[in-house]
Amino acid sequence: MSHDGIHPEPTSFLRKHVFSVDHKVIAKQFMWFGLVWLLIGGLMAMMIRWQLANPGEPFPVLGKLLWPHTEGVISPDVYNMLFSMHGTIMIFLGLTPLLIGAWGNYCIPLMIGARDMIFPTLNMLSFWTVVAGGAVGFYSLFVPLGALEAGWTGYPPLSSTVGTQGSGETLWAVAVFLIGASSIMGGINYITTIVRLRAPGMTWGRMPLTVWGLFFTAVLNVLFLPVIGSAMLLLILDRVFGTQFYVAATFSSGGGGDPILYQHLFWIFGHPEVYILILPAWGIVGDLLSFYARKPAFGYRVTVGAMFAVTVLSALVYGHHMFTTGLSAMLGESFMLLTMIISVPGEILFFNWLHTIWKGSLRMTTAMCFSLGVIFVFGLGGLTGLYLATISTDIFLHDTYFVVGHFHLTMAASALFGAFAGLYHWMPKMFGRFLDERLGLLHFWTTIVPLTIVFCTMFVSGYAGMPRRYADPTSAPYVAELQGLNTITSIAAFILGAAQLLFAYNFIKSRWWGKKCTEDNPWQVGTLEWTIPSPAPHYNFKEIPTVVTGPHEFSHPALGPDRDWISQTEPLPGTSPEPSSPAAPGAPVTA
Amino acid sequence: MWCFIAQDGFSFGGLLLAYGILRFTAVDWPRPDHVLGIGLTAVATFILILSSVSMVMSVEAAKACDQKRTAKWLGLTILGGLTFLGIQAYEYTHLVGLGIGFTSSVFDGVDINDLFGSTFYAVTGFHGLHVTAGVIYLMCIYRGVLKGKYTQGGMSYSAVELVGLFWHFVDLVWILVFTFIYLL
Repeated sequence: MSHDGIHPEPTSFLRKHVFSVDHKVIAKQFMWFGLVWLLIGGLMAMMIRWQLANPGEPFPVLGKLLWPHTEGVISPDVYNMLFSMHGTIMIFLGLTPLLIGAWGNYCIPLMIGARDMIFPTLNMLSFWTVVAGGAVGFYSLFVPLGALEAGWTGYPPLSSTVGTQGSGETLWAVAVFLIGASSIMGGINYITTIVRLRAPGMTWGRMPLTVWGLFFTAVLNVLFLPVIGSAMLLLILDRVFGTQFYVAATFSSGGGGDPILYQHLFWIFGHPEVYILILPAWGIVGDLLSFYARKPAFGYRVTVGAMFAVTVLSALVYGHHMFTTGLSAMLGESFMLLTMIISVPGEILFFNWLHTIWKGSLRMTTAMCFSLGVIFVFGLGGLTGLYLATISTDIFLHDTYFVVGHFHLTMAASALFGAFAGLYHWMPKMFGRFLDERLGLLHFWTTIVPLTIVFCTMFVSGYAGMPRRYADPTSAPYVAELQGLNTITSIAAFILGAAQLLFAYNFIKSRWWGKKCTEDNPWQVGTLEWTIPSPAPHYNFKEIPTVVTGPHEFSHPALGPDRDWISQTEPLPGTSPEPSSPAAPGAPVTA
Repeated sequence: MWCFIAQDGFSFGGLLLAYGILRFTAVDWPRPDHVLGIGLTAVATFILILSSVSMVMSVEAAKACDQKRTAKWLGLTILGGLTFLGIQAYEYTHLVGLGIGFTSSVFDGVDINDLFGSTFYAVTGFHGLHVTAGVIYLMCIYRGVLKGKYTQGGMSYSAVELVGLFWHFVDLVWILVFTFIYLL
């Protein structure tokens, strides 16, 4: 079954731009798909914040169009739908396609020196399956009684036919199932490609960190998405055929099943999902910090080891989402301990990143700023995670805005910043044009400042006891007193939203009219994708390159004073130009 | 294929986990051997295991580049899969006749835990889908072998080996499903 992914360049429009099997085109498709959904999900976030700041007032402009029956006021059931679908859309249709679909497809073959993915047709199928999932999810917004209203986690009994009667909830489960299938196909493809198609000399120890991050993500995808697939399958059976898998075995509900079962199945997947989203961002950041600090990545092997440890541990901590479900005390404590342990490799990554930029000659490009931003926001999110991992504080903070602030900083903001860093960095290779750096830096500052305000005020209001998912925060007196904080959060959120429009403008403008990139290697870095013309040609590499050095050989003393970087295909001066012998450990398979 | 099998193993894992939790938190779960016909299913299990043996023989023949023997053993494997599916279909109709439905279970005129039927059909049905897919997959490869597709142009018999991997996986999962749902 092994081949090197060569297929003739298509000539018809359909095969070239729509049903393409070329990994670069599929990556761009995933990118546009993800960006459009981020915009939709972001708009929903604006509506949520509007409702929280001005409960009962009509949403400006769009409100009257969308909800004419309430004169544009966001009713409680619409509010439920908004926050539920906001979560689903951002995670499954925004960040997953952008980080894993786009960067996975684009970077893996180019960075390991392959001509395409190992299964190009499966790759295309993976994209069109996620489109089908997105279509079902989008359609569910318009069915009678509305889309999912049970929160993005879709817990029964809220998500049972008793809790939500419309077909929107069933369609949501179908959409998640389809998107999961797409991610599994992608994951299988990524793993096999990385194992089989590395260029000669591209040993495991010479792979860029981005590829490592994507590799671990793919492993988690392949192993844990099937579990949520089973959970969704049982939910669909419950809703459509009337089985009682999740209907509690009590006299009043008359079932024989267990709603907590859903939570187990959901979080067995759901916790790894956090790392599915963050690992590619960590990989990208690990590379970019080194590239723009002009220093080798500090502790490359340890970084990879820490990412591996996170991958393994991520499967063992899911119970910390269920401390308040009546989990046995011993299980709870085990999960607490394991959750605390996972912060150790996290901190190792942190120290390695800080050491990488320590005394480097930093080039403050937008990509670098966003990479530093990941360190900042993930640091805030990670530290507040300790309070949620500890059972005694979690029981108090559970389902408050503290949790909302925490997971937005860790998995949403960090992953998004990683994706942005990648966009500013690889844009010239993808489209042959730079994103505007001045607008980019403006985008960075107008993003990180309001973002920090948004989520940090959430910590305060959450600590003060403001619960999640209240359609009208003024309805309970003690929550009503936090209205001032809510308004600050919302104003910062609107600025944050407007800043993303700046990015959208920059992206559209630069994609077609931006500054052209005429060099192969504008950032002067060593990884393989920068050894070929920009934009990358069909077939990527005229000849499969032979790799002789690691990905982060910056400012090496042997290079002399004129140049501070070396390509992975060039030997360091003074070393033998021979590629590593095939007998070396982890020697690649030649295609 | 190994990656695919790993993910498929986890999806069965999810379903069996659900089955385990539901069964051991229930108070009125019937003894499976009272309700389900162990004898017939044991025969079906034996046939499925035999089809795994014939699959091994087919892969052996493929490695020896013996087209005729490959096709013969592959044909027997397909036959085994079809027999299994036939027995499963008979079993389903028989059980439905007894009152074990997908959403409600009645046995001997007594209401039993409805999830007995639900989990039974969900897990064995999911496995049955795999057998069906496997038989279709085997048939495609069988056609390829008969046409001599894998002897021309440097193509190897790895296609036969891959379908073999999948078939053994389906077989192995069945042994687990049979143990958990019928025997325990």
